[in-house]
Amino acid sequence: MKLKYLKLDKIDGPLIVLSGVKQASYDEMVDIVVENKLHKKGRVVQINRDRVVIQVFEGTSGISLNNSSVAFSGTPMRIPLSKEVLGRVFNGIGDPIDQAEFYADEKFDIGGRPINPVARKYPRDYIQTGISSIDGLTTLIRGQKLPIFSGDGLPHNDVAAQIVKQAKISGDDTSNFAIVFAAMGIKHDEAEFFRKQFELSGVLNKVVMFVNLADDPIVERITTPRCALTAAEYLAFEHDMHILVIMTNMTSYAEALREISSAREEVPSRKGYPGYLYSDLASLYERAGMIKNSKGSITQIPILTMPNDDIAHPVPDLTGFITEGQIILSRELFQKNIYPPVNILPSLSRLMKDGIGEGYTRDDHPDVANQVFSAYTHVQEVRALAQVIGEEDISDLDKKYLEFGRLFESKLLNQGFDANRSIEETLNIMWEILVAIPKGELTRIKPELIDKYYKG
Amino acid sequence: MSSEISNAKIIFINGPVVKAENAESLKMREMVLIGRKKLIGEVVSVENENATIQVYEETSGLEWGEEVISTGKALSVKLGPGILSNIFDGIERPLERISETGSAFIPEGIGLISIDMDKLWDAHITVKTGDYLEEGSVYATVQETSMILHKLMVPPKARGKVVFAEKDGSYNIEHTVVRLVNEDGDEIPLRLYQEWPVRTARPVKSKKAIEKPLVTGQRVIDTFFPLAKGGTAAIPGGFGTGKTITQHQLAKWSDADMIVYIGCGERGNEMTEVLEDFPKIIDPRSNKSLMERTVLIANTSNMPVAAREASIYTGITIAEYYRDMGYHIAIMADSTSRWAEALREISGRLEEMPAEEGYPAYLPSRLAQFYERAAYVETLGSEEGSITIIGAVSPAGGDFSEPVTQNTKRVVSTFLALDKALAYARHYPAINWHNSYSGYVSVLKEWYEENIAENMMELRAKMLSILQEERKLLEIVKLVGEDILPDDQRLILEISKVIKVGYLQQNAYHKDDANVSLNKQYKMLTVIDTLYEAANKCIKEGMPISKIKNEDLFYKIITMKYKVSEENLELLEQLMKEITEYYSSLERTYKKGGAQNEAEISEA
Ligand SMILES: Nc1ncnc2c1ncn2[C@@H]1O[C@H](COP(=O)(O)OP(=O)(O)OP(=O)(O)O)[C@@H](O)[C@H]1O
Ligand SMILES: [Mg+2]
Repeated sequence: MKLKYLKLDKIDGPLIVLSGVKQASYDEMVDIVVENKLHKKGRVVQINRDRVVIQVFEGTSGISLNNSSVAFSGTPMRIPLSKEVLGRVFNGIGDPIDQAEFYADEKFDIGGRPINPVARKYPRDYIQTGISSIDGLTTLIRGQKLPIFSGDGLPHNDVAAQIVKQAKISGDDTSNFAIVFAAMGIKHDEAEFFRKQFELSGVLNKVVMFVNLADDPIVERITTPRCALTAAEYLAFEHDMHILVIMTNMTSYAEALREISSAREEVPSRKGYPGYLYSDLASLYERAGMIKNSKGSITQIPILTMPNDDIAHPVPDLTGFITEGQIILSRELFQKNIYPPVNILPSLSRLMKDGIGEGYTRDDHPDVANQVFSAYTHVQEVRALAQVIGEEDISDLDKKYLEFGRLFESKLLNQGFDANRSIEETLNIMWEILVAIPKGELTRIKPELIDKYYKG
Repeated sequence: MSSEISNAKIIFINGPVVKAENAESLKMREMVLIGRKKLIGEVVSVENENATIQVYEETSGLEWGEEVISTGKALSVKLGPGILSNIFDGIERPLERISETGSAFIPEGIGLISIDMDKLWDAHITVKTGDYLEEGSVYATVQETSMILHKLMVPPKARGKVVFAEKDGSYNIEHTVVRLVNEDGDEIPLRLYQEWPVRTARPVKSKKAIEKPLVTGQRVIDTFFPLAKGGTAAIPGGFGTGKTITQHQLAKWSDADMIVYIGCGERGNEMTEVLEDFPKIIDPRSNKSLMERTVLIANTSNMPVAAREASIYTGITIAEYYRDMGYHIAIMADSTSRWAEALREISGRLEEMPAEEGYPAYLPSRLAQFYERAAYVETLGSEEGSITIIGAVSPAGGDFSEPVTQNTKRVVSTFLALDKALAYARHYPAINWHNSYSGYVSVLKEWYEENIAENMMELRAKMLSILQEERKLLEIVKLVGEDILPDDQRLILEISKVIKVGYLQQNAYHKDDANVSLNKQYKMLTVIDTLYEAANKCIKEGMPISKIKNEDLFYKIITMKYKVSEENLELLEQLMKEITEYYSSLERTYKKGGAQNEAEISEA
């Protein structure tokens, strides 16, 4: 039944078109053999009677209208998986690229299926990352999808690496945690940085990598995160493991999607991205979470660079509409030499509310975080005013706020790549810096908590 | 379900859009079953012998040449007991049942399942042989949940004489409990459910004027930008500004009889959160669990996009059915932008001519049609009922000039504009009091005056104008600082702070603040007004703002929302007294000592 077709109608960017196809199913994989030796994979993306449009992984270069054969597999794209994937490196279509072969008995459809909301477990356990701005103000929760919005040249990779290094994601059982790393369109040295960091943290044998570098085929960039998330689901839900998924760079991913969409002549929406960018990104991000009949979890930290540092750009914008918050890095703080340069005001962790406070982190956490947000907001207003009328002429109260702003940035934010702070340390620092402003200003904190923790 | 024979075969597949040939027998908007997996789809256009179909399930694996089966009816939902407390997908398939198959994931080809056909309900038959029933007449009742008595009604357009009436008893919904014979002698069996096509509004006797508020327990809404039963509202805002939390708050605390919550292209976890939390929350009016009055329609962002488009209609059709029983329903649609995007995506695959930003030209009319299904009505059965629609809007880049926000704005009456800057400052709910409005203020005035207080609306206007003035003053402050302003203007700034922090900000997670009665809202307003009037009087007499702004007193007022629970509202009267006493003693000392004697004043 596996018919081979020998003549193509058309080659157009990453797409080939052939007609006279007797049987083809939507989304199925095909095997393309170029000049009897080179194998390429492809996927059916449109069927119009016997005329079939195929998206070619590994790119269409080298293919001519009559030097290739196409064989249909009858199934959508699947990758083999077993626990042996840990410690291995694959390309964007799940072929091993670390020299050894990879076999497994079972294969899994990379498309995934939507998790039934009824089967989900609402995530409530926090993960201590040791980074004050995150733990204190945008707390990461196990099973959350919390992206890092960054800009070119900002230290997002360091932040991600520091989280991997310090995260107490494992809870009671360290053998139960692993990292799935998806690299999309990043440079070789960036990928190498991560590998090195994993090695230094001693977790290399607990990492599965799916790597599609900047010079690898664009089409494989689309399947890279899907392979990675399929591996994550397998480990989390079949083997009850806690999985941290790092996906970088989502902007390159979206650009690849745009390129292919444009080759298919689809109607573009904002900035040329296809109208389904939201749904497509959601089909990745929504694969984070926890389910009732498994002890495992998938926590996602996608990384994206905002073109022009513009948060309204479609990629960060649509991401923000899907993920459960965002951690935003600021160029201004970075230029002030503050690491990690987290801009806390637009940053947000939506799952934080259920995972902090008494019984989770500490009783004062929600209120004190709220107060810091409110005070730091006022700091921005005062700074703007001081710019206009000069720092000497602002009111005494506002001067105190400026001092608070300085302390906040130097003591709380600027902790460096190696400092690993406990949540108590972080909360204590927050109280220490709040002393800079008068007690009467602490309107967001319950009086009992002020009595208990205020150090002034 | 009777499947008709058709020779239609698939010739084209592109994501959720497929085309079939030999499709002469397929009707526009008809529901069809596609291929071996019997995927569910709907005919969206017919041209010559070809039909275009949008598919409500993943089309991966579909082949050309597979057959398309006609069902002979439009996309419709089953309406009967078993809807409440449940969660369905965009075409009313029960997610609970689907998960019972053991998988945490939703497979395709589940088929056309809907509300539970086997469950037995204790039905009370309210008619007897010989009765003549009109459309909308009730023939049986079932206590569906402890909060909702489900009334089985003769479907629209049907009428006739009862020739058979079952006795009270336990029946599944398929059971025929009443049979009518109409003028033409046709027999009409009435079961414990009926079907209705989702894209057609259910008829009513008449639409009535809007004159009652939908009380939400949220101060910024009830006091400043009220919703009305039978009205419409939009909540636009960029990501993370609080659309979902606001809708959750409304679903929890508003005084509707029933809530239809449509998760349209949003997060799975948000549905799970409702499923986990609502059963535990006790409705303050009925003392029953909130889940007893709630139904969820979940078509999350990663579920098939065509079903997302349908989910809005499924939700509103369910709401109309319960409205017809004489209930007041509030619908939360989160987010209507995702629905519009689904329209856009399907339209794109149909290769229709795009209008603004790729959206189809019919976006405005579809939006208007949807919101038009909200109304306060007299039902066919001569009951009063209403549907209030509250739609979240997710503008790209938080920019309200985009087509979905603009077209929505044209058709809704309450506009609750969420603001990024407020959200960044963690001022929640981040509803901007300058850009928001409610078209219901004047029609509700009478109700507020009669039911809450004569001067409630006056106080509202006064507070708003203080906030207006603050806005102007802040422009000046930005340039020169606050110290330069005269004291009466600085008082405006201080009072505005009290209004913002002490009144507008409302903590969704605080037990005494999450939901606030109109009575408490009114008293809190009066407290702030008392403060303003007393302080203003002192200012006029020349006392400096530094003396007037007493830290302890202001702190007390700002935190009254937490300290005063619904059970001891008299504490607010006490607070008012305290304010009056404080300022009159301040005044006395001031007058006695003369304007210069500041030392003494500070002792007061
Ligand atoms: N009334 C409120 N009280 C306390 N916190 C709030 C309130 N409203 C919003 N928040 C905070 O803001 C976060 C984001 O709110 P929400 O999820 O409702 O945003 P959204 O507008 O629905 O965003 P999106 O469009 O991405 O879905 C919440 O997780 C919560 O932390
Ligand atoms: Mg939301």
